Amino acid sequence: MAELSGQALTLIRGDRCLFRGLEFALKSGELLTVEGPNGSGKTTLMRAIAGLIDPDEGMVRWNDTNVKRIRQAFHASLVWMAHRPGFKGDLTLIENLRFESGLRTMRMSMAEHHLVRLGVATLTDIPFRALSAGQQRRVALARLILTEAPLWLMDEPFANLDAAGQDLVFEVLREHLRNGGMCVMATHQEVELDAPAHRVRLQ
Amino acid sequence: MSDREPELPGLLDGLVCVIRRDLHLAWRRPGDVLNPLFFFAIVSTLFPLAVGPDAEQLALNGPGVLWVAALLAALLSLNSLFLNDYEDGTLEQLLLSPQPLPLLALAKAIAHWLVSGLPLVLVSPLVAMSFQMPARSTAVTMLTLTLGTVSLSLLGSIGAALTVGLNRGNALLSLLVLPLAMPVLIFGARTVSLAAAGDATSAGVYFLGAYCMLALTLAPFATAAALRISNE
Repeated sequence: MAELSGQALTLIRGDRCLFRGLEFALKSGELLTVEGPNGSGKTTLMRAIAGLIDPDEGMVRWNDTNVKRIRQAFHASLVWMAHRPGFKGDLTLIENLRFESGLRTMRMSMAEHHLVRLGVATLTDIPFRALSAGQQRRVALARLILTEAPLWLMDEPFANLDAAGQDLVFEVLREHLRNGGMCVMATHQEVELDAPAHRVRLQ
Repeated sequence: MSDREPELPGLLDGLVCVIRRDLHLAWRRPGDVLNPLFFFAIVSTLFPLAVGPDAEQLALNGPGVLWVAALLAALLSLNSLFLNDYEDGTLEQLLLSPQPLPLLALAKAIAHWLVSGLPLVLVSPLVAMSFQMPARSTAVTMLTLTLGTVSLSLLGSIGAALTVGLNRGNALLSLLVLPLAMPVLIFGARTVSLAAAGDATSAGVYFLGAYCMLALTLAPFATAAALRISNE
């Protein structure tokens, strides 16, 4: 049973305090949504959880250990889906995924099955930059599914996706949580899942 | 999902993977590779034209010009070392991968050397010939340039990592890297001069070798730390 928690997180950017004394905790099978207007620090909080930013105070804990002390093990347990796709535009979708599989554990044998399901299986031979923004999001979803990591960090996963694409996000997320995964998601959208959900509201 | 730790790809896999990807990307965009090489070739062929055909003077200036051209060509290509990865978000994915970051930084520097440093080393005998430098200095030229360009790629990766998040970090990058590159330039050019004159060169080669080893052992850690800072 994995557990992620934030303790007394404080983050100050310039002379503005984005949040102070923020607490959250989530266990396997649970979802945490981060809500708030534009510029309220959702992405910054997500980056702090991922370990890209050091919070000014407080800490993020993974299984009761400060993530800064177990950076590598923590990174092995998470996948990050950001605004930018994080794939090379000059490489094809398959080349990109194959590169990733050299860095982290991925179930590449399942790649074809999931690419078909995400509706991008026919696009495997063209450079990634030629895909539309929505198609690029779908490929980013493929990275989440194929990586064997319990923690998904999703920053605005619904951006650029059509209705069918948004349904896909719900579908794969539901599956992930049912299998004992967990997810932190920054979003404007109402997320209705049959899983225990927590909420963080930023001002 | 089981509680067991997922088995990670080996350390060497990550290193090889990044090198292979960067070479692959360079292959897709040969312009980026050829740019520094053209620069190097143009500078070192224009120089004899401007100075005049006096063989003795050319041979005297040759090592210096060769090394300055190589240094500037290396600097030219440094800016893009992490920039593309930063812009498309792949750098973030590298930072969040379970691989040790210094190793990935080392891989980036190795790939950078393979596409920008190695070609310079390979064409340097031709350039040396255009400067009427004696054939006996060819081996030393190539050896010192190899050590020098490896050091520059490694040291340059620190500067590139520090300036990656900045707009117009290019000038700052040169300012950061040049002081570190000075010993390479001084010893490199001097050693090639000595070789051309037929003198002993081992002292200079040893120094460049030691400097290269120092860069090889320390630069990846500095680059990794710089990347974390730049991505805050």
